[in-house]
Amino acid sequence: MTTELLQPLIYDIGSPGRMGVNLPECDVPKVELPAALMREDLPLPEVSEVQVVRHFVKLSKLNYSIDQGLYPLGSCTMKYNPKINEDAARLPGFAQLHPLTDESGSQGALFLMRELQKWLGEISGFDAVSLTPAAGAQGEFAGILMIRQYHRDRGEGQRDLILVPNSAHGTNPATVTMAGMHVHELPSNDRGNVDMDALHAACEGELRDRIAGMMVTVPSTLGLFESTILEVIATVHDAGGLMYMDGANMNALMAAVKPGELGFDVMHYNLHKTFSTPHGGGGPGSGAVGVNDKLAPYLPGPIVEIVEEGAADTEEPVGATLESPEHGRGMTRASQGSPLQTSAGEGDRPPLYGFVMPEKSIGRLKAFHGNFGMHLRAFAYIRVYGDSGIRDVTRYAVLNANYLRAKLMRTYKVPYPRYCGHEFVLEGHFEDAADVHALDISKRLMDYGFHPPTNYFPLIVPEALLIEPTETETKVDLDEFVEAMERIAEEARRDPELLRNAPHTAPVRRLDEVRAAKELVLCCAPALSR
Amino acid sequence: MSYIPHTPFETQQMLVEIGVATIDELFEAVPATHRFPKLDLPPPMSEMEVAAEMLAISEANDHAQDFAIFRGAGAYHHFIPSVVNHMLLRGEFYTAYTPYQPEISQGTLQATYEYQSMMCALTGMDAANASHYDGATSLAEAITVALEATRHRRKKVILSHAIHPHYREVARTYHQGRDIRIIGDRGRGEVVDLMEMLDENTAMLAVQYPDFFGQIDDLSTLADAVHDAGALLVMVANPMALSIFKSPGELGADIVVGEGQPMGVPLGYGGPYLGYFAIRQKYVRRIAGRIIGETLDADGKRAFVMTLRPREQDIKRERATSNICTNQGLMALSASVYMALMGKNGLRHVGELNYHKAHYAANEINRLDGYSVDMSKPFFNEFVVACPRPIARINEALLAEGIIGGYDLGAHYYHLTDRMLLCVTEMNAKEEIDRLVEILGGLG
Ligand SMILES: Cc1ncc(COP(=O)(O)O)c(C=O)c1O
Repeated sequence: MTTELLQPLIYDIGSPGRMGVNLPECDVPKVELPAALMREDLPLPEVSEVQVVRHFVKLSKLNYSIDQGLYPLGSCTMKYNPKINEDAARLPGFAQLHPLTDESGSQGALFLMRELQKWLGEISGFDAVSLTPAAGAQGEFAGILMIRQYHRDRGEGQRDLILVPNSAHGTNPATVTMAGMHVHELPSNDRGNVDMDALHAACEGELRDRIAGMMVTVPSTLGLFESTILEVIATVHDAGGLMYMDGANMNALMAAVKPGELGFDVMHYNLHKTFSTPHGGGGPGSGAVGVNDKLAPYLPGPIVEIVEEGAADTEEPVGATLESPEHGRGMTRASQGSPLQTSAGEGDRPPLYGFVMPEKSIGRLKAFHGNFGMHLRAFAYIRVYGDSGIRDVTRYAVLNANYLRAKLMRTYKVPYPRYCGHEFVLEGHFEDAADVHALDISKRLMDYGFHPPTNYFPLIVPEALLIEPTETETKVDLDEFVEAMERIAEEARRDPELLRNAPHTAPVRRLDEVRAAKELVLCCAPALSR
Repeated sequence: MSYIPHTPFETQQMLVEIGVATIDELFEAVPATHRFPKLDLPPPMSEMEVAAEMLAISEANDHAQDFAIFRGAGAYHHFIPSVVNHMLLRGEFYTAYTPYQPEISQGTLQATYEYQSMMCALTGMDAANASHYDGATSLAEAITVALEATRHRRKKVILSHAIHPHYREVARTYHQGRDIRIIGDRGRGEVVDLMEMLDENTAMLAVQYPDFFGQIDDLSTLADAVHDAGALLVMVANPMALSIFKSPGELGADIVVGEGQPMGVPLGYGGPYLGYFAIRQKYVRRIAGRIIGETLDADGKRAFVMTLRPREQDIKRERATSNICTNQGLMALSASVYMALMGKNGLRHVGELNYHKAHYAANEINRLDGYSVDMSKPFFNEFVVACPRPIARINEALLAEGIIGGYDLGAHYYHLTDRMLLCVTEMNAKEEIDRLVEILGGLG
């Protein structure tokens, strides 16, 4: 047994006294440090700057990423993350803006957030939007808390059940419990839709008065548009419940349909899926929520509104609140033709944007006001596509998925024979190669240079491989992926061991997860004196 | 078509393969009455135009490159070595997903494992998770762990009023659906007053270290008192302060949470930041969120993998204690690179710079007529100044001189009108501090 890591731990490449930074000396008179409060030991690594750079560069090379190739991870929308967005996020006016800057000094940021709220409302067909949730799951949490409070305010606090289809993402049922409500799970039918009999039974039987609402993913986690969606919505509304849409799959819906117009009451976006903000190896995300007028007063806050209307041709200096105060350290600001003035005419005073807390808000979900760095990337992304282009994102995402589906149907079992949305599910299993499972196919794909699809989700399809190519992939890339999948299907019959032992070319082989959980080595820091 | 690569010819070939004439036919399951609505959005823009617009919007903000900044209150302007951003910009890191496929994610996994390790070193805890959304939600998640650890038999959570006001708001938002009481923070209770509230119905007690006012309380008897009552001690700690001050582990904390932003994450108007969460071994299986562990691969090679997975929402569903999925992974990478660069000696040096500069500023301001600094307790890099005029006025005057002044405490604490929370970090050169003092003096 070897005990070498691919790349030694940062703790293991240091030497006492080595430094990775060059810091200034203290330029003020020193005071005495309070000895009784000081720590003795700070067991951090001692490495040089060059060592740090090489260490992390080497680690980075052990990763697969969108920048390297197709990443068809269903439900995650691994589309290209535009580089211009990274540049924008690093502009000093954004990156070095303190979250508690006075409103007058953060009009740019507030304007951007207000525009994004408007655009996200427009795309989803909702009246009001809050950008504060940090990720999809937090958006869900906000949505269910809003539904809960809505019923309580109407004297219907006994409504404590949220209907959740068994195809739902795990965050949906987990959210319901976190909000102090209860899950009533609904089965799916053979078309991948919610089982209408079960829905009617729940909404019209003795549970009727306890129905608070329902969470549905559209298109479903199978990538299928629920063709009975209008009936589902009507049935739940009839029972007095509200409809929550999990908007993780909005890449299939933009300018194809507005959830608010279908009758949903609330939904969350994942800006880190639909609007190209990077997934960052696990996060950050951003989970904006949109609501109709029933729930608008309950939105998590703060949200941005115009707190003082603009005015035309006033005597006041133009855009007094926006432009570079002549003070500051004297950098010139872009004051002319500022985008903030778009709503006002030349020489007019633009409106003053500010934060407000909605009247009956469920409260704050985060310190400050959301993952602003993701807001500005989503803003830049929507700005690039604009009114005519956003629909193309969805159209080509759906085209790519259906193309892959049509080609892969020849070698793999596709459980639902319908056109799909932006993703679709395959069964990663062959009757004549019973020992090969979806996981083996996934691992073997790594040898062909691809990231695997999502495995074993949704739970209702055995051996599920959920495939989502996104709109940013070329036909050539898709064809290569199909070719790899076809070769793997062949290998499954000819040499199943090849798959069961895959990957063969990745930096490491399959890992012992049982050992990880049993031995629980979670930290390599030298133990402190306690 | 921006980032969409299809040529008309390819699109045609693909449609033939699918067996439809147009893309729009693929949307037949969408109710016809609602299909293809018009969107009222601005027209598309070229990359050049977008770049110019983003610059213009960004410059309508008063930022730390143009202004000297003395504001903290939960978000801190610290030095970030250039290397941090260069590592963050590697596409292999920022365009990867959560490391569900460990064979091709060892980079993210090892970097996160090292982050966990360095957080343990800093806090004196045994394990840390891969991150929560921010300091506030870390505290909210700590409450869940404490309630679970005391088997939901205890219904009382004691929070100090000197915990960041937003964090306390978030704690209440998170737990509004539960049958528990959050108490302790409505008055001005000192730590000894909080200790008196402990009883057999208390699940946990939380204090901030240094507290929201920058001060460090005498916490030497706190842990014993909390543990005697059978409750958990949670500390909300500024990791930068832990560079020089005793670790919460040494002070007996069971869970340490807080905002990792001071370590390599820019101010960024409040996010994305980094909620860190560290815990004692005893409670490690109750931790929420992702956690990375070491193991072996099929060849016996050491490697890393997400572990304790059965706690998480995708497996445990409605029985999971938290719904967290996406976290703040890239910010954990920032902190990892930052801590590695700073190391044992660099981080302590930065901590000391903060301490000395803040004390220099505090002493100078305390000498001014009309001002007084609260020196009743030791403090780190923030302190409370009683001012002779409303804080809004003072900040207006400072802004006119290119300085973003302190945080107006009256906004959250009714008894602290005309009190300003000033923050001084290693970024504030002596001349900047002297100028601040001079202008304040002129306003006295
Ligand atoms: C269908 C669905 N719902 C919800 C989520 C949760 O979103 P997040 O990871 O941003 O919290 C995800 C993604 O992970 C998802 O795929």
